[in-house]
Amino acid sequence: MLDRPRGRWCDLPVPQNVKRRRRRARTRVLPPVRARANAHLRLHVNGEEQEVAFAPHKTLLEVLREDLRLTGTKHGCELGECGTCTVLLDGKPQLSCLVLGLECEGRPIVTVEGLGDGPRPHPLQTAFAELGAAQCGYCTPGILCAARALLDVRPSPTRQEIREALSGNLCRCTGYIKIFEAVELAARRMKEPGAQPSEETLRGRRL
Amino acid sequence: MAAGSDGRRLRVIGTSVRKVDGLSKCAGATLFADDIVLPRMLFCKLHRAPVPHARIVRIDTSKAERMPGVVAVITGKDLPIPFGILPVSQDEHALCPDKVRFVGDPVAAVAAIDEDTAFEAMNAIEVEYEPLEAVMSIEEALRKPSPRIHDYGDEGNIHKKIALEFGDVERGFHEADQTFEDTFFYEGSTHLAMEQHAAVAAVDPDGRLTVWSSTQTPHYVHRALAKVLGMPPARIRVIACPNGGGFGGKSDPFNHEIVVARLSLLTGRPVKISLTREEVFYCHRGRHPVLMRIETGVTRDGAIKAMHFTSYLDGGGYGSYGVASTYYTGALQTVTYPIENYKFHGLRCFTNKPPCGPKRGHGTPQPRFALEVHLDKIAERLGIDPADLRLKHLVPPHSLTANYLRVGSMGLAKCIESVVEGSGWRGKHRRLPRGKGIGLACSSYICGAGLPIYWNNMPHTGVQLKLDRGGGVAVFCGEIDIGQGSDTVLAQIVAEVLGVDPYDIRIVFGDTDLTPVDLGSYSSRVTLMMGNAAIQAAERARELVAMAAAERLGVPVERVGFADRQVFDVEDPGRTLSFPDAVVAAEAKFGTIGTVGSYTPPPSAAKYKGSGVGPSPAYSYSAAVVELDVDPRTGWIRVERVHLAHDVGRSINPVLVVGQVEGSVYMGLGEALMEEQVFRANRGGVHRQPSLLEYKSPTTMEMPDVVTYLIEDPDPNGPFGAKEVGQGPLLPIAPAVVNAVYDAVGVRIDEVPVTPEKILKALDSPAKRYGPRSVPDTSWPEPIRVPTPWQGGSGGPAREARPAGAAQGPVVSGSKR
Repeated sequence: MLDRPRGRWCDLPVPQNVKRRRRRARTRVLPPVRARANAHLRLHVNGEEQEVAFAPHKTLLEVLREDLRLTGTKHGCELGECGTCTVLLDGKPQLSCLVLGLECEGRPIVTVEGLGDGPRPHPLQTAFAELGAAQCGYCTPGILCAARALLDVRPSPTRQEIREALSGNLCRCTGYIKIFEAVELAARRMKEPGAQPSEETLRGRRL
Repeated sequence: MAAGSDGRRLRVIGTSVRKVDGLSKCAGATLFADDIVLPRMLFCKLHRAPVPHARIVRIDTSKAERMPGVVAVITGKDLPIPFGILPVSQDEHALCPDKVRFVGDPVAAVAAIDEDTAFEAMNAIEVEYEPLEAVMSIEEALRKPSPRIHDYGDEGNIHKKIALEFGDVERGFHEADQTFEDTFFYEGSTHLAMEQHAAVAAVDPDGRLTVWSSTQTPHYVHRALAKVLGMPPARIRVIACPNGGGFGGKSDPFNHEIVVARLSLLTGRPVKISLTREEVFYCHRGRHPVLMRIETGVTRDGAIKAMHFTSYLDGGGYGSYGVASTYYTGALQTVTYPIENYKFHGLRCFTNKPPCGPKRGHGTPQPRFALEVHLDKIAERLGIDPADLRLKHLVPPHSLTANYLRVGSMGLAKCIESVVEGSGWRGKHRRLPRGKGIGLACSSYICGAGLPIYWNNMPHTGVQLKLDRGGGVAVFCGEIDIGQGSDTVLAQIVAEVLGVDPYDIRIVFGDTDLTPVDLGSYSSRVTLMMGNAAIQAAERARELVAMAAAERLGVPVERVGFADRQVFDVEDPGRTLSFPDAVVAAEAKFGTIGTVGSYTPPPSAAKYKGSGVGPSPAYSYSAAVVELDVDPRTGWIRVERVHLAHDVGRSINPVLVVGQVEGSVYMGLGEALMEEQVFRANRGGVHRQPSLLEYKSPTTMEMPDVVTYLIEDPDPNGPFGAKEVGQGPLLPIAPAVVNAVYDAVGVRIDEVPVTPEKILKALDSPAKRYGPRSVPDTSWPEPIRVPTPWQGGSGGPAREARPAGAAQGPVVSGSKR
């Protein structure tokens, strides 16, 4: 019988740098995780200081979802492949599944829950909702964060710039077209609030 | 402004209102199954088989049970009752009791106080296997009848064999001027919904079980849970959470849903499972790999006198929807172009791979790919433009096909004309420089299946309405929004009938305790079926409110109109009541206002064995033109633009319809160019690429521009004339890509995905082709012979061995609408 790495139930070699979801095989040889001391630190999330204690191996994604109950941030692979868990860390889009919670002390974190201004949604959120750029809505929080980071540095992005900025975020519902159009609409509205989507966006092309 | 069937002006239908759940989704507030956290909740992990085919000799769970923090460990003997989505394929166990059939088949499950502990315990379970020879392909399954993967099925490792003949195919070929034959292969692919499957089960102290799950079919999960757990369905509540994408991948009742329910009953605590991405790849239930042969006899002008279609499906380890999938590979060829005589041979094999099932288009993209590429070749040989060949031979609206499918509205001519004009087809086809190509293909899809999955004579969907004194409307329906926008469709339909704002409507969905049954979000059935039920429920409520309002306004009830939250005299719109006041008047007169509506599809004209698959209340139509570049040195394909026209009957919400078209085009391009759910036969049957990085799907960088044309040819069976849009527009993409590749570099790739490697191989080959050369020799049973409508058939099988009587050909043919 092959002595295959524990924690796998199939026979593929495991690349060294690939992290399995929420578990690392190395934790097996250590005492049970919960027996170890929690890390205790302050996180700056969506403009608020939060004191939080968590197991030191937890990713930012896990801390956000499980310890802070900010479940707006989703996961699609937990291997850094799909972009679903994108949040803003120091104002830049980051895959929260590849960042340890421990690394984030004192650094500003913005999640989808913090994109809007109080009860007012961010123009990106409104545009995504209006154009159906959020179909199932699962990749949406990550895409909104990535798009917000784009608009912060490029207030009038070209279609190509939008494609590049969102190229790390997978979406299976929309074919990305409505996402591109929603980012463009939000960018326009941030300059002229009354901007409207085109008739072709809303109803398709008429001959 | 459009008008409804009764001539009333439509105010909400046909407008692109924001999705009723849109802002919640954009705020991250929508609760998906894995977002649910309950006090004292345990975490479950499944121990899965690392071998593709083996008998289980021994399972040792003792180490796992002794681990601190482990609360329960179960194996197959704790869940001995089999289940499955189709009544004819009850071949799955929540945990394998004696045998595993693919890498990833679950054998044992643990529940522990946290996910880390559950994971450790899952790995501490020891299973001894006695390996069996694995069957990894269609050819192997046909060659090796033993060891059998299942001890049921038509023979050996053949799950199902089908032979149907409509009309007299032999005579049709005899009468044809020319006969063409081709062989095609369509690779399997998986749904790849961004949300990984998750489920939470909780049992309350009074013994009632609740299961939250990312499922497209809460009703079927409810039935499977009751069967396997041996519990009265009345004690089980299934709540479907909004799905983070489904595409068919969450349509089966799953082993993990049953396991967490069992563990919750065993421990008295809530239990959650959330599958890893790798596990989702092994759950699968996606597109069947299909090998196909198509033989067609045509006249000089391209009319199809006879067609013989044969398909071989690689089904994977279990039945799933496979019997239906097999029939679907033969069902819908007839609804686009008239086929005078038609024969179908279909076969599904069991193999030691994750089970295949329904993925967007369920069993029809593969034959549609074959048919549309085949027609492109025929058009070239006959010297007819491929667009004209199709336009000349369209199934007439409101007619019966050879296999007794009842076509209603049929807007394919307008679809073809739109993409031809919009793309400048006439100036481009066969006129572009080498390396640039343009291709065309068409398709059709059902709007829900005419028959339910399990035999019953009840409605397929129900909608219940409750009117509040404040003017709010609560709508209860078992439908589940998987991103397609069904909640919004429901709100818009009710808002239209009652003249209220869609945002005044509270939708309660997908809850087997609270909502009337809707069979689920599959087979493109929701808009048509739920929509019709919603109209009925809303019209019944409207009638009560109108009677009360008529009294208050002092006008006859026929003159009462509803719009903009007002109830008014249509002849004197100044005489008006607010909608809440009208509801109050109605409640005072009749008591609490609650109504129901339901929908059952019209009876099918088809009455032969196998005719449960194919009939539908309506058929949507699509035409696509793909423009692309192929680099002949590297074989690299860059799709520049896709034009897609879709006959949706009527758009209830145009921006969402356009979104469904774009999403379908995207998924079709993924299948056409890169997606492959493939396994390593020489490495113990593991998935070749079980991760989002290695399994290639189109990103923002590959997605071309999509030009959408909505064709609205209202269907009498659709709510306000609406037909489906979620699946149909995927179908013509792969064949249009392949036809465009031929236009660009002159090679035929009779196989998807079309990769650069295949293009280079085809360019180097003498035949300028890449694809399967033949299909396996197979003995087929005598077909069920059904005389066609134009032979005077009645929809059932022939009494005699051969149908008698003169064949006059299809009732209408060669006429362009």
